[in-house]
Parts: sequence; C-alpha cells; structure tokens
Amino acid sequence: MNGKFRILLPVISLGVLLAAVFYLQPRAMSYFGLNLLFNLAVPIALATIAQMMIIMVNDIDLSVGTFVSFVACVTATFLNDSPLIGVLILGASILAYAGLGALIHLRQLPAIVVTLGMSFVWGGLAVLILPSPGGAAPGWIRTLMTVKPPLVPMAIVASVLIAALTHLLIMRSATGTLLRGVGGNTKAVARSGWEIAKLKAGAYGLAGFFGVLSGVCLVGLTTSADANIALRYTLLSIAGVILGGGEFTGGRVSPVGAVLGALTLALAGSFLSFMRLSPDWQIGAQGAILILVLAVRLIFSRKTSGQGGAA
Amino acid sequence: MNTLSQSLSTTWRRPWFWAYVASTAAFAATLLLTEGRGGGELLSAAFTFAAFSAIVGIGQMFIITLGPGNVDLSIPATMTLAGTLSLKFMGGDASLILPGLAVALGVGFGAGVFNYLLIRLLRIPPIIATLSASFIYQSIAIWSNRGLRIKPPQALSDFATGATLGVPNVALVGIAIAIVAWFILERSLYGRWISAIGQNMRAARLSGIPVQLMFASTFIGAAVLAGLTGYLLASFSGGAALNMGAEYLLISIAVVVIGGSSIAGGNSNVPGIWGGALLMFLIVSMLNSYGLGAGVRLIMTGVIIITIVAAAAGKEGSR
Repeated sequence: MNGKFRILLPVISLGVLLAAVFYLQPRAMSYFGLNLLFNLAVPIALATIAQMMIIMVNDIDLSVGTFVSFVACVTATFLNDSPLIGVLILGASILAYAGLGALIHLRQLPAIVVTLGMSFVWGGLAVLILPSPGGAAPGWIRTLMTVKPPLVPMAIVASVLIAALTHLLIMRSATGTLLRGVGGNTKAVARSGWEIAKLKAGAYGLAGFFGVLSGVCLVGLTTSADANIALRYTLLSIAGVILGGGEFTGGRVSPVGAVLGALTLALAGSFLSFMRLSPDWQIGAQGAILILVLAVRLIFSRKTSGQGGAA
Repeated sequence: MNTLSQSLSTTWRRPWFWAYVASTAAFAATLLLTEGRGGGELLSAAFTFAAFSAIVGIGQMFIITLGPGNVDLSIPATMTLAGTLSLKFMGGDASLILPGLAVALGVGFGAGVFNYLLIRLLRIPPIIATLSASFIYQSIAIWSNRGLRIKPPQALSDFATGATLGVPNVALVGIAIAIVAWFILERSLYGRWISAIGQNMRAARLSGIPVQLMFASTFIGAAVLAGLTGYLLASFSGGAALNMGAEYLLISIAVVVIGGSSIAGGNSNVPGIWGGALLMFLIVSMLNSYGLGAGVRLIMTGVIIITIVAAAAGKEGSR
C-alpha cells in the first residue's frame, strides 16, 4: 500500500459509518448531534497517537490504558489541588516513559513485557492516589473541553488540530523522519551516527506526553476520575493505529490515519447506542466493526499491490 | 558424582532456573514472616492457582514460539465463554460433567478456529485478530450469562477444590498437561517445526514445513487449553463470572517470558511456565502477607516482572 491509499481507507470507513449514523438518526446531523457522537473522541485520539509513537519504533505499549488512568487520577487530585506538584508528577511520568524507551533498547528487552509490567506500576500508583472514584477536574481544562466554537464542535476542531500537528511532527520534520527510520531500519540509522537509545527515549517520551494529554482531556470531559477509567484505551489505541493504516513493523504509521481510526472507534460506540442495540452486544459489535474494516482493508491492499502482501 | 556436578553446573544456566530461584525466595520470605507456619497451605494454594496460569501459559507459549507478533489476546474471553457455557449446559447436573467438559473444549476449539480464520483469510495481524474476536466472545458470554451464577455440579466442584495424596487435583491436571507439552515441544516433530517457524519462517516454509497447518493447530490448541482452564476455574470458584478471565491476559504472557522463553519466538521451554506461574502467585501472597495494600502490591508486581525480564535479557545478550 502506498501512502495515498493508506489514508483512503480510514477516511472511507469513517465516512461510511458517519453516513450510516445520519441515515439512522437524521437529527445527529447537527452541531449538537456531532458533539454528542464524538464526545469522547479527543482523549481516545490522543491515546492512539501515544500508541502510534511506540508502534512507530516497532514496539507495542500494553500500558497506555493504565497510564491514561493514572494521569486522570493525578489530574483530578494533585493538578486540581496543588497545580505545581501535579505538573511535576506528570513531567516525571513523561521522563519515566523516556527512560523506559532507553532501557528497552539498551538491554534489548521485549517492549510487550516491559509495558505489561509498567501497566501494573501505573495501575498501582493510580489506586494509591485515588482509592475510590472521585476528585475534581481543574476549572481550566473543564472550560477548554466544553468550549463551543462556532460551526464545528470542539471534539472535531481538536481532532483536526491533533492530526495536523502530529502530521507536521512525524511526517514532515527531520526528527519525525529519523524516528520513523528507527522503525524502518534501525541498523542504518545507527550506522549513520545516531544514538538509537536517545531516539527510542524520544519516541517513548512523546508517547508519554500524548498519554498525559489524553488523561488530562479525559478528566476535562468526565469531571472526575477513578483508577480504572481508561483501561480499555490500551486495546482501543492499538486498534485505532491499525485502522488508520499503521503497521506493526517498519515505522509505517500515519498520524492523520490514527486520529481518523480513533474517531471511527469512538463513533462506532455512539453508533451502537443509537441503534438501540442491547448492551450485551455492544462490545461484540465493536469487534465485528473492527473485523469488517480490516477485511475491507485487505481488498484495498490486494487491488493496489496486485497481490496480497504478508499479513 | 561427575555427572551430578555436571548436571548441576548446567542447571543454573537453563533459562527457567531463575524463575524457580525467585519463587523459592518469595516462598521463604513469606514463611519468614509467619515463622514457618502455614507452609503446606501456602504451597498447596500456590500450586492450585499456578495451575490455572500454567495451563493458559502453555497455550500462549506455543503461540509465542511461532515468532514475533504472534500472541493470543482472546484467552480471557475464551476462558469466560467456555466457563459460562459449560456451567449453563451442566446446570448443576452431575451426570453431565463429561459432556460439560466437551462443551468447554468445544468452545475453545471453535474460538481457535475463528481466530485462525481471521488471521489467515483476512490477513489480520494476530494481535488485532484475537483482540477483535475476544470482543465477540465476551458479548456472547454476557448475553448467555444474564447475570446468573450457575453452580457447578457438586462432584465437579469437589474435584476442582480437592486434592489427591496431598496434591491439589487442579495442579495434577496442570502438571500432566505440562509433561505432554514438554514432550510435544522437545521430542516431537511438531515442536521442532514450530521452533523452526519461529526462528526463520521463510526457511521453514522452503524446507517444506506445513506452516499454515502449524499456525492453525497452535492457535486452536491454545484456545482449547483456555477453554479447559475456564471450565476448571469456574468449577473451582463455584460458578462462572464475567470477569473471571481478566487477569489471565497479562499472566499468560508474563509466565512465558519470566520462564525464560524468548518473546521473539523460536526458543521456548515448558518448565519455565510452571516456574513463572508459581512466582506470580507467590509474589502476590508474599506482598499480601506483609500487609501491603493493593496499590503497593501492584507496583511491586510490575517492578519485579520488569527486573526479572531485564536480568534474563542480560544473560541472553552476552550469549
């Protein structure tokens, strides 16, 4: 799949799903309706971008969900009560992420296991900070997340901004090219004089940064937090990256696609509740939608490359 | 004497050795606190709970052996579905224990076939395929469960919680499966083939190994083991719960890696699975007995997993 077709599929799947929603519920085709549909899209999109940074360097992060939950707990407690300490904690957690990236490279550790271990650590910290659901969202983030821009709802404006900025950072900047190079051909990047450990630390640090943004935005929407608030984000973020045309190896990722993938997943959730589907089947239907989109992707890749590439 | 010292000197170099050392240390640290009381009970509980982790871990190990990116994320959902459907089928009737087992294994088989077909026909990476499929299994379990908690037949419940000659029955099942798995991995053509696939898929395919057949049987085998674990766990805990499989996603992967199998595939071992499974339980019970809260316990578990993996990887790197 070349770059142009890579972005086509997430665009089409989002379009088809949106059309289906509008067909079922024409009233959704309004400012208010769109706002409701994409309500939780921003934190999911940010978590997906975080996951993409890790997948970009050929690793996978199984701790995104617990990390975002941890950030949400910090936001609803420390960041609200004593902002300075809150900022320090969040800054330290980004550094921890960067440190993990360096450790994973230097000791050649399997990222899947290290992040698995970290998911216990973040989960434990979250429980310590907020043993029972509660806390309160800082006023400024609450204001930011509920702002009502003219014409287009906040969630969509924010998604476009996230997509544009990360696109510039990853696809257009020298740093982004280098980071994708680590995923594409680590040896070549190392031989041309770059220190891989630093680059990996950079990619993981970026993941931590976007994870922090995701948690902060989430609390802005929910106004309170608990230690399990974002556990499903781990799976959602991986699915979002893949839906967006990203691949697990080779540094082939697409920030715009990832944001679109996240929007599709967020919309799939809203779509199912619009259909008055029994709650029993909501999760299953999300799985089915995921499979369907990936099946369509197969047809695309067959058509464009003339043969089915490796799975 | 010579051979004894020789085997001793090679034992500590085995990849699974450190999992057992750490398990023994955690066991000793717990007994230190209780001044040696309750050692038997702790050991019996450890073997019971480790058995559940070991059985799903063995299935996961075979999949991980196939190479990078191969992992089954649907194990918890398959366990839950198999536990739910088999208990519903038996409805507490002791005469249906064996047919109930067949239902659980059949659910596992079906899930394995579905997982494999997604991977093969739709060319979806296994992580995403098993993840999407697990959502569907979970929905079926929720739909069929309806919040009811059906008790297992008394005889089955007695078996799952009972012991033979002092060894918990569940542990006996787990050890038997481990022995069979060891034989398959180390002594059979199948084991050689899946290791070869994990080491170099292209070379394996060119040398005539039926790669797709190996993938299919491995994914199906792992799902069948998950089904069996769901059946045993539901019987052990007096009914199926919708979240009963949740913790086994992390555990099934963690025991494989702690046990010294290579996460990159191609190089696995069975004894390590039991070592890792025992360690995972003993760490938690050690931290529990030291009176640490849930938060600290989680953090310590995570730190210990990462430390063990970092230590093990260092040895591999110097090789």
